[in-house]
Amino acid sequence: MKSPLMAALVRLAMGATARWVGCGPTLSQRIYFANHTSHLDTLVLWAMLPTSVREHTRPIAARDYWGANALRRWVAQSLFNAVLVERKRICAHDHPVEHMVEALGTTNSIILFPEGERTPGPEVAPFKSGIWHLARQRPDMELVPVYLANLNLILPKGEFLPVPLLCRATFGQPMHIKPNEGKADFLHRTRSSLDQLRQQ
Amino acid sequence: MNPAISHNLPEDPGLVALVGGVIALLVLATLIGTALRRRVRGEAAVATVANLNARIRAWWVMVGVFLTLLLVGRDGTLVLFGALSFLALREFISLMPTRLADHRALFWVFFVLTPLQYWSIHVAWYGLFIALIPVLAFLVIPSRIVATGDGVDFLSRTANLQWALMVCVYCVSHAPAILMLEIPGFVGQNAKLLFYFVLLVQLSDVLQYVWGKLLGRRAISPTISPNKTWEGFWGGLLCTTGIGAALHWATPFSPGAAALIALAACFFGFLGGLTMSAIKRGFGVKDYGTLIEGHGGVLDRLDSVCFAAPIFFHITRYFYTAIPGL
Repeated sequence: MKSPLMAALVRLAMGATARWVGCGPTLSQRIYFANHTSHLDTLVLWAMLPTSVREHTRPIAARDYWGANALRRWVAQSLFNAVLVERKRICAHDHPVEHMVEALGTTNSIILFPEGERTPGPEVAPFKSGIWHLARQRPDMELVPVYLANLNLILPKGEFLPVPLLCRATFGQPMHIKPNEGKADFLHRTRSSLDQLRQQ
Repeated sequence: MNPAISHNLPEDPGLVALVGGVIALLVLATLIGTALRRRVRGEAAVATVANLNARIRAWWVMVGVFLTLLLVGRDGTLVLFGALSFLALREFISLMPTRLADHRALFWVFFVLTPLQYWSIHVAWYGLFIALIPVLAFLVIPSRIVATGDGVDFLSRTANLQWALMVCVYCVSHAPAILMLEIPGFVGQNAKLLFYFVLLVQLSDVLQYVWGKLLGRRAISPTISPNKTWEGFWGGLLCTTGIGAALHWATPFSPGAAALIALAACFFGFLGGLTMSAIKRGFGVKDYGTLIEGHGGVLDRLDSVCFAAPIFFHITRYFYTAIPGL
């Protein structure tokens, strides 16, 4: 299997450590949602999961970037088993949320960056509404906040050379969407749970 | 580059004796650790012994890696210390506050200045080795950061970065730099001297720990490092001085000189440990990392080497080599 070896390499090269603060790594179906500052985010979060969990976890990636050429598509789909979604021209028959629901199926988990794009600093930007639509369609999913620290310094947006600092993923407490919870409330609640992990 | 610097372990009976002694010591420690694990009762004692055994296991790995690369030769040793500097630097810089504008300067620190420092030892270019970080890097780093136009906390950012380089790269590199000293009457035996130095400094740490656990009562600096006690300090320092003198046959030093040099190196090693603890306190953490089981990070294990290596190197260079122009 290439995935355990690659994950071990990532952990060593990135000096990445996981802190399971609010939950342990289990096989229950989850939506891991994290702050997004670097191209390396998916790689690190993916490598932090134990092999058995990782094999059932699919990252969500932007098709306009990861599908732009054959190499990127191969990296995203063959190495990480990523789900490529459209974030520019969204229409009913090619809706990102539909692809996420499909990817979850009955056994899988997904990795999602609800800010929708990379941010420069350690602060968590406002969430796009995709995560709310997804949670409404799959209210049974555990939503697990994951704060990724230091990645904005390792490979910031706009830089092409990484600096080998240590980074850390902190996994928070699983949460669920409440019955009839409004979009604004839900987005605020999920975002602040992620922001609280930053301060821990 | 001087071919006399190369070394060959199996042909040097002194080095074989040192290595054999260290392995015997580790076997003894492992036996004691196993016996203690069977005997101790009580939660705190069990935790202490578990940590002791984790440390002993890590010592096996560290000794194995060090010996393997020492056997490979000078370049193996340089790669090892270069990698240790790199890892220590990563731990140090990850803890200190940096800003996005420091990115390019950090890239220089990791991928240009650090390799260059070890390259200067590889080609035995003393002038570059001694001036690169305190002079060149001291001028280049603030210049690179000022070019970004981000002046927030400017002096503390550049000072932090300079300190990181000095401690993790410049100071640590003085240990393998022992290999480039040309000591009359000691040609081809520098690896033995490096082994002697690393052994003494690490033994000093271990003995301070052991004496501290056995007799430790009065903390030297409760606010900085609660585990360091006067009893541990004196016990460790005196024992290491004695061992340093007893092992003088592995060095170009006389027994009396070996005792004094061991004393100086271990005293500065102790100060290094205290200083690095103070830096950790300032950052608000207990360990620099988690890479070595039971010990913390690379920098937690190297803290005494950082301060002892320049002292040992310069004493040896000043008194035992024919330095031109002095």
